Amino acid sequence: MELFFRYLLNGIGNGAVYALVALALVLIFRSTGLLNLAQGEMALFSTYFAWKLTDLGLAIVPTIAIAVVASMFGGALIERTLIRPVHGPDKSPLNVLIVMLGLFLGLNALAQLIFSDDAEPMPKPWPTVASPGDPVGRNARFAEVGGVPISWSVVALLLSLIVLAGLLYLLFQRTKLGLMLRAAASNPASARLVGINSSNMLMLGWALAAGLGAVAGVLAAADRGSVNPGLMAVVLVYAFAAAALGGFDSPIGAVVGAMIVAIAEAMTIGYVKALSTIELVVPFGLILLVLLVRPTGLFGRKVVERV
Amino acid sequence: MSALLSLRGVTGGYGPVTVLHDIDLEVAEGEVVVVLGANGAGKTTTLRAIVGEIATRGERRFAGEPLPRTPEKVARAGIGLVPQGRGTFAELTTEENLRLGAAMRRDADVRRDLEHWYEVFPRLRERRDQPAGSMSGGEQQMLAIARALMLRPRLLLLDEPSLGLAPLITRELFEQLGRLNREEGLTVLVVEQNANLALEIGHRAYVLETGRIVASGPADQLRGDDAIRKAYLGF
Repeated sequence: MELFFRYLLNGIGNGAVYALVALALVLIFRSTGLLNLAQGEMALFSTYFAWKLTDLGLAIVPTIAIAVVASMFGGALIERTLIRPVHGPDKSPLNVLIVMLGLFLGLNALAQLIFSDDAEPMPKPWPTVASPGDPVGRNARFAEVGGVPISWSVVALLLSLIVLAGLLYLLFQRTKLGLMLRAAASNPASARLVGINSSNMLMLGWALAAGLGAVAGVLAAADRGSVNPGLMAVVLVYAFAAAALGGFDSPIGAVVGAMIVAIAEAMTIGYVKALSTIELVVPFGLILLVLLVRPTGLFGRKVVERV
Repeated sequence: MSALLSLRGVTGGYGPVTVLHDIDLEVAEGEVVVVLGANGAGKTTTLRAIVGEIATRGERRFAGEPLPRTPEKVARAGIGLVPQGRGTFAELTTEENLRLGAAMRRDADVRRDLEHWYEVFPRLRERRDQPAGSMSGGEQQMLAIARALMLRPRLLLLDEPSLGLAPLITRELFEQLGRLNREEGLTVLVVEQNANLALEIGHRAYVLETGRIVASGPADQLRGDDAIRKAYLGF
């Protein structure tokens, strides 16, 4: 039983990271109908950028703030210069797919070229204990419940997810800007007719997604102690799985889906030794099952429109 | 009466296809103007040319100023369009749809206007928290019109408001529009296949044929014209 809770905590920590990336995917999907293949590598670029700032001596918390803001500008720039010219109702969806594939490969290569092609230590924005041979230290213990240690990293990751998801909820449901963002996602042509600049709303969607990705990347790297060029590719696969499971148009679905996928992953690694190198099988088995029964995902909505 | 909206020699279409040829059209403040024409005559395209959804040549003026070239700027200049098929935000609630109509307004009267349109269209108040996409066609049409009016437009454009509505609902809708024009001084340009109803509330009308204006005049006069009656009014 003690082992079970250990695995569960591992799963929840990873789940928070997957959920942040899945939320970014949902954000872009809802406003543009695109599955952003480059989401993970955008986050990787942000993460290496953050590492560079810490390498230059900046503390980790201001680093995250700067990386998020810079990534938001980067995301907006990518939408405006690379995505917008090739995406639209009158253009083939293949065009934008190829651009996103190019971004996927290009951003990864660019991060390695500009920053580092090696694993680099990522300081942790939560308490640590020094450990020999580890430049950033181990995750400190937050508490111990019934013999199960709860690491600071799990607490910090979960808190970050709750705060960011809460802020996104407030933005979309409680502010005029959020209402305008939802309008532009729902019907861009009608949004223009009430005076909303729908293109700017799309750009803002990409900016928010890039900012979320940056947080996810830095926290994932900090949790593991280092960033490496392959870090976000795996995270992206799980985030895609999470969004598919929860429904690509549902933020709540993304979070719940991410937790299910991550916990299934952790349990598989823990309990099923035979599958421990191919643990991707279990979450994908789950997804297959859900999609067979509910093609819109657990929380996805099929919009029925009356005319 | 000085013209609120005037088109002079407007030509335009979609890509290489020219749909509108040399359109001259005027709407004065306080008027209801009807555009009649068969399917494919260019009625919707005329409205799209006014709001800047398609590229045009020629002069488009509104309240003495040249009209901007993008729909969002035209909306901010004071023109509300109720598009064909209504164009409501299906996933959003009635109230959110209405508040979006006023998204660009900076004044403090939005709340009051919302109440006002709820009084004019009581069905919308009953459905205020319901997603727009789940409402009936007539309710959605009311919502689309109320949303456009939340903009406080100086000119309301309506594209085939009767499309897909039961005859009784259509009649009610036009009576409502007529009342808005008389009581609130709302200026309206309406494109409609149901010419009889439209001409009842209209002051003047234009007849479009394959992208050209072939007749125009006071509504009564067009109703009295035998050729037009046969072609467009069906009696």
